Amino acid sequence: MENIKFVIEKSARIEKLINALYAKMPEIEAERGVLVTESYKQTEALPIMLRRSAAFAHILENIPIVIRENELIVGSATKAPRGCQVFPEYSYEWLEAEFDTVATRAADPFYISENTKSALKQAYPYWKGKTCSDLAKSNMAPAAYEAFVTHGMFTPGNYFYNGIGHVNVNYEKVLRLGYRGIMAEAQAALDKLDVSCPEYVRRHNFLTAVIESCEAVVLYARRYAKLAREMAKKETDETRKAELEQIATNCLHVPEHPATSFYEACQSFWFIQLLLQVESSGHSISPGRFDQYMYPYYKKDMEAGKITKEQAQELIDCIWVKLNDINKVRDAGSADGFAGYGMFQNLIVGGQDVHGMDATNDLSYMCLEASMHVPLPQPSISIRVWNGSPESLLIKAAALTRLGTGLPAYYNDEIIIPSIMARGVTLEDARDYCIIGCVEPQKGGKTDGWHDAAFFNMCRPLELVFSRGVDKGVQIGPDTGDVTQMQTFEEVFEAYKTQQAYFIKLLVNANNAIDTAHATRCPLPFQSCMVEDCIGRGKALQEGGAIYNFTGPQGFGIANNTDGLLAIKQLVFDEKKVTMSEFKAAMDANFGYGVQGAAAERITSEIACKLAEQGIEITDAVIRAIYEEVTMANGIDETKKARYREIKRLIEETCPKYGNDIYEVDMFARAVANSYTKEVEKYKNPRKGVFQAGLYPVSANVPLGGQTGATPDGRLAFTPLADGIGPASGRDVKGPTATANSVAKLEQGVASNGTLLNQKFHPSALAGMSGLSKFVALIRSYFDQKGMHVQFNVVTRETLLDAQQNPEKYKTLVVRVAGYSALFTTLSRSLQDDIINRTEQGF
Amino acid sequence: MNIYETKGRIFNIQRFSIHDGPGIRTIVFFKGCYMRCAWCCNPESQSYEIETMIEDGKAKTVGKDVTVGELMPEILADQTYYRRSGGGVTLSGGEILGQADFARDLLCACKEAGLHTAVESTANAPFEAIEKILPYLDLYLMDIKHMDSAKHKEFTTAGNERILENAKRIAKSGVELIIRTPVVPGFNDTAAEIKAISKFASTLKGVKEHHLLPYHRLGQDKYDGLGRKYSLKCIEPPPKEKMEYLLSVAEESGLKCQIGG
Repeated sequence: MENIKFVIEKSARIEKLINALYAKMPEIEAERGVLVTESYKQTEALPIMLRRSAAFAHILENIPIVIRENELIVGSATKAPRGCQVFPEYSYEWLEAEFDTVATRAADPFYISENTKSALKQAYPYWKGKTCSDLAKSNMAPAAYEAFVTHGMFTPGNYFYNGIGHVNVNYEKVLRLGYRGIMAEAQAALDKLDVSCPEYVRRHNFLTAVIESCEAVVLYARRYAKLAREMAKKETDETRKAELEQIATNCLHVPEHPATSFYEACQSFWFIQLLLQVESSGHSISPGRFDQYMYPYYKKDMEAGKITKEQAQELIDCIWVKLNDINKVRDAGSADGFAGYGMFQNLIVGGQDVHGMDATNDLSYMCLEASMHVPLPQPSISIRVWNGSPESLLIKAAALTRLGTGLPAYYNDEIIIPSIMARGVTLEDARDYCIIGCVEPQKGGKTDGWHDAAFFNMCRPLELVFSRGVDKGVQIGPDTGDVTQMQTFEEVFEAYKTQQAYFIKLLVNANNAIDTAHATRCPLPFQSCMVEDCIGRGKALQEGGAIYNFTGPQGFGIANNTDGLLAIKQLVFDEKKVTMSEFKAAMDANFGYGVQGAAAERITSEIACKLAEQGIEITDAVIRAIYEEVTMANGIDETKKARYREIKRLIEETCPKYGNDIYEVDMFARAVANSYTKEVEKYKNPRKGVFQAGLYPVSANVPLGGQTGATPDGRLAFTPLADGIGPASGRDVKGPTATANSVAKLEQGVASNGTLLNQKFHPSALAGMSGLSKFVALIRSYFDQKGMHVQFNVVTRETLLDAQQNPEKYKTLVVRVAGYSALFTTLSRSLQDDIINRTEQGF
Repeated sequence: MNIYETKGRIFNIQRFSIHDGPGIRTIVFFKGCYMRCAWCCNPESQSYEIETMIEDGKAKTVGKDVTVGELMPEILADQTYYRRSGGGVTLSGGEILGQADFARDLLCACKEAGLHTAVESTANAPFEAIEKILPYLDLYLMDIKHMDSAKHKEFTTAGNERILENAKRIAKSGVELIIRTPVVPGFNDTAAEIKAISKFASTLKGVKEHHLLPYHRLGQDKYDGLGRKYSLKCIEPPPKEKMEYLLSVAEESGLKCQIGG
């Protein structure tokens, strides 16, 4: 491959590490769950902050440790590769209920042994009523809880059941000072603490908890040093023996002390990354600007001749493998929404430094190279692009894109920097942003972003316009009047905004209730000590210790609402070809089409249960008859059915669609997006921060689409909603430039919690150097127009179809889902279909 | 007359084209052609008349009359992409010289907007038509399909004398000229035939490149859609090895050669 910088050969070790990692199904292990329970039982008299650090210390002292074959970087949360621990202090009932199905469910199955089940069954009763989730529930206004749980108007489920995560800590500081240095800083703050300070108790507890947590981390690393030394003694292979001895030396020195070499910096980094994910179950613990904070160590070793490029590359590759060793079990519903065992450890290269100069260095290229050597979902590698980005870095990134793993994701400095500055971040801090989780920008090491705070399905408020705020027979939203009596399109749009504003208010209540519960029950002293200015303020991150505080719930469904509202405008108000009553009836009847798939089965069983309640005997024949009626829409009069189908045809064939570079349509999409983003930003959170909207669904457009009836854009009930801020699947027909131009017309900067555009390309579009250059030009052009983020799936439709048929052949086929990459064969069938159907940009 | 009011007949606009000229381009396809090449992948381009074609079971009108002024907004919509990639606009067809005044005014409007311009044409027209467009043209992508006039006529319905003569005159004009040859099995896929074209191309003043475009069958369904017969039904696209061999033959001329546009 000519002209691609830093092509370094992959060491044989890496392939072995990868194969060992994927040898078997991931497993749930009980140790952390048992240890945290033991500790909590012993610390009931203590304040919560000290109970947290005591539990963390108890876990790190006793959790099994393991050094896997061929590893150079060590530290594993579980004995089995890609295993996961559990976190009952957040919630547990869902896992207990899934003990017998978690190994066989469609999305993200986990093996669980009988021993693990029985150990957890003994631990769980202690937690009844004591979890973070229990408190969050009781903190919530009843209307908000109902809208969330019963009616699915929005889902803050992630933080309701789990830790928050979604943070980039100050790795640079730990590498530079070691935890000993951080303990000294906390001790100095303690020594300075005025005993008459009204905050004395809280600060004292927090700073003490920090010191105890850091001490526990040091002891944990020493356990690894001891294990490595013991293994070295028994090792007969001289090369491996020497490696193990080096590992022992490293673990004795870091992360306790400042790193003195690139290898030590790598090992220190890994302990930070790992233990953040042992302290709490929050995902999206994002390494951020790895190429920046690791560079001084690399540079120094290279200049001193202590390391070769190949050795440095191998260490980076080892870290990449380790990032895939961490895993998390979620409830079945969330697993659908975050499908693919997503850990969302976002690592970003390139971009500007704090002075506004280009920050690209050797490691920026080597990180991209590592993602070529380790074609796995983690890390979620990203690249910052600005006018000063070297073309060679972008060509390298394009070459990675061409491999088809969906990586890297591309981010635009020129819009993200002003966008977060508008939220109060200083210029220097904004230039130093990184990406958290899927697509969320923040200034690392100073922010508690609460990104990904909830999914808000924007199609549901529009549904409620037609039902006057009634869902499942209950008045849950405002009565915005009879839609069939509305005289103008503006009235319809206003009613939609009224419904939406009401549910955003409830969403805010739900988020703030959960936020408060985390501060009360699950503050995280270890995580907090690495985010400014927690030590200075004597406050945990969860209590508002960070310099910048946000809450970022993400909306989606822009394309469906845009196309749908414009269809109403054209057919009902402008052309008067369809009356509003007909339109409503057509949607209620799913446009004269039956319901298919899992939804059909669900509805059939609901009807069957109702009939059974009425005393009707349910035979196979009855079930078959119900099922046929549901799937074929047999219950509808034929004339009406034909009319409803005609309405769907009119919508599809005569109404304009978002995504085709039509100015008026795109500007209306902008108004739809702003109806969400500009409403969300009115609110504040308990950490004295503001709400900021994101516009992306992760992969929830599929499961939440499964709960959404037919929409006025002609989309059938319970099928997937449009993905990200892109057009609805298959409706953009003018190619990638037109799609990108449409999407760029949204006011993306207001969605400072992140936006997401998925594009799908055929590999031929990136063939040769000229293909790569044109691809880079396409990205730069979208960014010239203020696009914020774009990512690509480059894999043929045939490959995906074959992978569906023969999953065993494609165990490591990685595709971009939405804001992250996942193993294709582990996704549920419907999500696989959605990815296959996403428009393939042809030429 | 105002150039923006000049009217012409086109049948398609394709954005994000990355194979016909440098960078990312928008291609405007003119309707109507002087020749009827047996392998033509755009049979709907051949007749100047507005036609109906069946596509995916649905009737579609092929061809519409537009003014330069009506076309420009769609062309300009992608100017950011042209700027970043060194791309621009390519007029294709059909044969654009069949509507030389329209081509001239459209190219002129593109130049006024600062865009890079190219045409794809076989130059089978009186040179007066070509002279009209040259002042507004950056790149001429010219097809030379065969050096033997009789065989040329057999497969394309026209001899090649005027084409070869025009090639010399275009080369002399100083406009960048790239010679392209569709490689069609049974027509011109022997070493001798390709070599002859490449050798001729190398004698043209200023010509530096010769591109070999492998025959493909992607237009086959359109013949059915137009109710016409596709005469090359049993021909397979040339295999990769064959194309690479012909490439090496073409390279003997000393020109920079490549497979594909």
